[in-house]
Amino acid sequence: MSDEKLNNPGIEIPPELSNQIAVTTLDKIYNWSRAKSLWPMMFGLACCAIEMIITASSRFDFSRFGMEVMRPSPRQADVMLVSGTVTKKMIPQIVRLYNQMSEPRYVLAMGACASGGGPFKEGYNVVSGVDKFIPVDIYVPGCPPTPQALLHGLIMLTKKIETEKLSEAEWYKKDFNEEIPVPILGPDLIDPRKYDVIKNHTFNEDPFIDGGLVIDQKQGEQS
Amino acid sequence: MSEEILVSTLPEFDVLYSDFVKKDERNGYEGFIVEPSSLKEFALSARDRWGYDYLSSVTAVDYFPDQFEVVYHIYRSLGGGALVIKVQIPREDPKVDSLYAIYPGSEFQEREVYDMFGIVFTDHPDLRRILMWEGFEGWPLRKDWKEPYYEEEFKPYASRWPNGVAERIEDKNPFGDNVQYPKGFNPETWIPSGEDALYMGLKRPDKLDGVDSEYVVVNLGPQHPSTHGVFRMAALIDGENVVDLKPVMGYLHRNHEKLGERNTFLQIMPFTDRLDYINSMSNNFGYALAVEKLMGIKPPERAEYIRVIMAELSRIQSHFVAAGFLLNDLGAFFTPSLYALKERELILEVFEAVSGSRMMCNYFRFGGVVRDLPEGLFETIRQLAFNRLPRKIDEIDEFLTGNEIVTTRCIGVGVLTADQAIALSTTGPILRASGVPYDIRRADPYSIYDRFDFDVVVRYHGDIFDRYLVRIEEMRQSVKIIQQALTQMPEGPIFEGKSQYQVKVPAGESYGRVEGPRGELGYYVVSNGQANPWRYHVRSPSFINLTSLREMCKNEKIADVIAILGATDIVLGEVDR
Amino acid sequence: MAITGLIKGLGITLKHFIETYTVDLKDGKKRYNTPEGIKERSSADTKGIFTVQYPFEKVPVPEAFRYIPFLVFDESESGEKDIRCTSCGICAKVCPPQCIWITRSVNPETGKPVPKPAKFFIDIDICMNCGLCAEFCPFEAIRMDHDYEISSFNRFDHHIYDLDKLLKPAKYYAKIHPKQYAEEEAARIEKEAKKAAAKATKPA
Repeated sequence: MSDEKLNNPGIEIPPELSNQIAVTTLDKIYNWSRAKSLWPMMFGLACCAIEMIITASSRFDFSRFGMEVMRPSPRQADVMLVSGTVTKKMIPQIVRLYNQMSEPRYVLAMGACASGGGPFKEGYNVVSGVDKFIPVDIYVPGCPPTPQALLHGLIMLTKKIETEKLSEAEWYKKDFNEEIPVPILGPDLIDPRKYDVIKNHTFNEDPFIDGGLVIDQKQGEQS
Repeated sequence: MSEEILVSTLPEFDVLYSDFVKKDERNGYEGFIVEPSSLKEFALSARDRWGYDYLSSVTAVDYFPDQFEVVYHIYRSLGGGALVIKVQIPREDPKVDSLYAIYPGSEFQEREVYDMFGIVFTDHPDLRRILMWEGFEGWPLRKDWKEPYYEEEFKPYASRWPNGVAERIEDKNPFGDNVQYPKGFNPETWIPSGEDALYMGLKRPDKLDGVDSEYVVVNLGPQHPSTHGVFRMAALIDGENVVDLKPVMGYLHRNHEKLGERNTFLQIMPFTDRLDYINSMSNNFGYALAVEKLMGIKPPERAEYIRVIMAELSRIQSHFVAAGFLLNDLGAFFTPSLYALKERELILEVFEAVSGSRMMCNYFRFGGVVRDLPEGLFETIRQLAFNRLPRKIDEIDEFLTGNEIVTTRCIGVGVLTADQAIALSTTGPILRASGVPYDIRRADPYSIYDRFDFDVVVRYHGDIFDRYLVRIEEMRQSVKIIQQALTQMPEGPIFEGKSQYQVKVPAGESYGRVEGPRGELGYYVVSNGQANPWRYHVRSPSFINLTSLREMCKNEKIADVIAILGATDIVLGEVDR
Repeated sequence: MAITGLIKGLGITLKHFIETYTVDLKDGKKRYNTPEGIKERSSADTKGIFTVQYPFEKVPVPEAFRYIPFLVFDESESGEKDIRCTSCGICAKVCPPQCIWITRSVNPETGKPVPKPAKFFIDIDICMNCGLCAEFCPFEAIRMDHDYEISSFNRFDHHIYDLDKLLKPAKYYAKIHPKQYAEEEAARIEKEAKKAAAKATKPA
């Protein structure tokens, strides 16, 4: 199936040669080779990680899609499966791991927690979605997504990769630098990109200063 | 006769120690209230004189606005019911004596109480935050502390109906994220407190070998292929030998208990699935038991049998995973796990058919289960229990147990003696591998476990290999229980009446505990008669088993630490909650 | 020495490898891409290849399977959508992570509430697929979907489901939950018959 796509650049091949040569564009061969050997990072966070392991094991076996090896080192991985609840205590490490991955790199947010906080969203130690810090390419909803749902997400990701163009690829541009500042653990999680917002609120006389959204209600309760 | 103690009887401590112990006479409560100043004295005599040698759970309750109450559940390692003692302390400047010297197993639990409530345990050797990080503002489980996304005290929230408009809650927060800062906080001048306390806390004994070398600190995790999730250990090593080791956790702290206090009783049920995410059925079981105890109801016969079958299937698949991943940690990367996971898949299919989800079963209700076995499933379970599983357990046993690599790397490594295992509050296979025949299904039977004929598996060396063997043998015993349950299971309803989403739970406290695959899984629930629990605490076996990790790893090679952790079989969802 | 363990281990792998071929030869083509084949491969006697080759064949989900909830509507003869939901709010109240938002319809003339939802949202980034909403819905209006192939590239646009996305016909519900649907239909018919009987006896 994919071979047909690969060998179909819109150039007519003489019939006598059609079975012997392949004419394609550089983009296609580049995307094909990347999409068919996505190496995931061996990186599990929570419940979804177990389903990720099951996806790697014999019943669902994602090595059928060229995801043969899971690499524990971010340097050797192409795609990061964020599989589980992202907590404030863990996000500095996740950002660091992402920074260590080499381009082109992809992120798949597996499950409700990684996408948007999930059922634990209102918890005080939970980040509302890993995309608050690192760019996510594809979201797989579910809690937890079944292995087949994850496979569907991975296939969608390969489809996305197949539409990319070498000439437009950001990571080959000269001044490309996608280093994400690592969050700091303070009295609460501090995003270095948001210093101004934080200072605005902590210094100014704002009713919202120390207590999240409901400071008014809280004062009402105490009095 | 006067000196004889019956295991099942609880001495009348309020009469014996009337100076500082009185009975807890609040309605629905049990146990004794001990004067804070005499806690140590009382604990010492409870342990040495009365045989209460096994500290199971330490937690606290915030009776806002009156006082804090620290609650201890202590058992006899011979079996029998709990001794519940409580210490009441004021909310201002709360301090209580640490029981570390008497029960070393309280180390992490006291740290957790300190982390969540800010209660200081005097004389604790290493009182730092454990689930949150050093420097975090506030004590999360205090009733007057509100999280950034706080909406209302209890669910259901009024904004959902009848005029609900979908909005992402981060849009309501001034920072656009799940954060809050104290007034006048300047992020630019903030200096993170770092981890000096952790590294300084590692004990560096004086060097005696005369070699001019230094100790090295090695950090394993939180991103490490064999830490079974986001777990971290800071190991102090001398050459290849581990001198001291401290686990660092909290990387998956999902605020289970705070959420639990906002949820209604039923709403907690699906959250318990996500504690020990490998076997949600056991988690459901423990929580259902705790609340049923409070409500004073019992499920019908058939439901009891279904519960037991599901819990035992869950234990089998969990032990399969444990055995497979132990081999992973020994270096046989993924191949043995593949065979183990294959059997697990077949069991998961049963769970999916009966509950609707492979892992997050949410199958138990107060007074029954969600649905009866669907058509044909009984036959599937029968096939598994009588045909496939016994065969496959034997196969795994045959292939792995005699293997030279397994034996050379496991025998004699990570030894924990029986005394240590009890003192450090370990449970489950770890405790039984050290020669303590303590299985809650026998020691303090719940549900209908007293009807089945099965052995409590015990081994006596207390090393990794024995832990592995205990798990293998336990699978066989579980199969035996399932076989008996399948033959005895009666027809009948699986739920009395109609399942209600609002349950009436009378005021009081209860502690329900089950023998999960990882050990004693306990739920401490305090109700004040409303729709939501006042306090909800999980005594998680993985978390408390980790207290013994340092003792197991001392003087072992750094490479064996991985194997020891693998044999401890932790699930991070449960460790960090 | 370690050699025997090594040989034994390799032997197991080899046995499994050969087994895949012997089983394939015996069963022929019906082992793959057929429902019976998948069922056989998930049974207690399975041998040989265990893999289900996902995009081409799928592991069938049981009736109880739950993923994201959806709303059932009955199609009347004139083709109008008759939403079963009466916006009673039980699902929103029972939802553990509180991911359901409902706005009740109001009659614009009288200002009184009408038992139909004006708006209905489910944030699938919060939903935990627990199935409590479907379990406690008294009107058989909200049920759990079996469709798990819903990955998307952008969560901000697609992940809060509104009425348009949630509504699915009763026919679809009957297809994915055949047994439950049949039971509910039978109960409904019986109830209506009882009602009719009660009506018939009342005036007399």
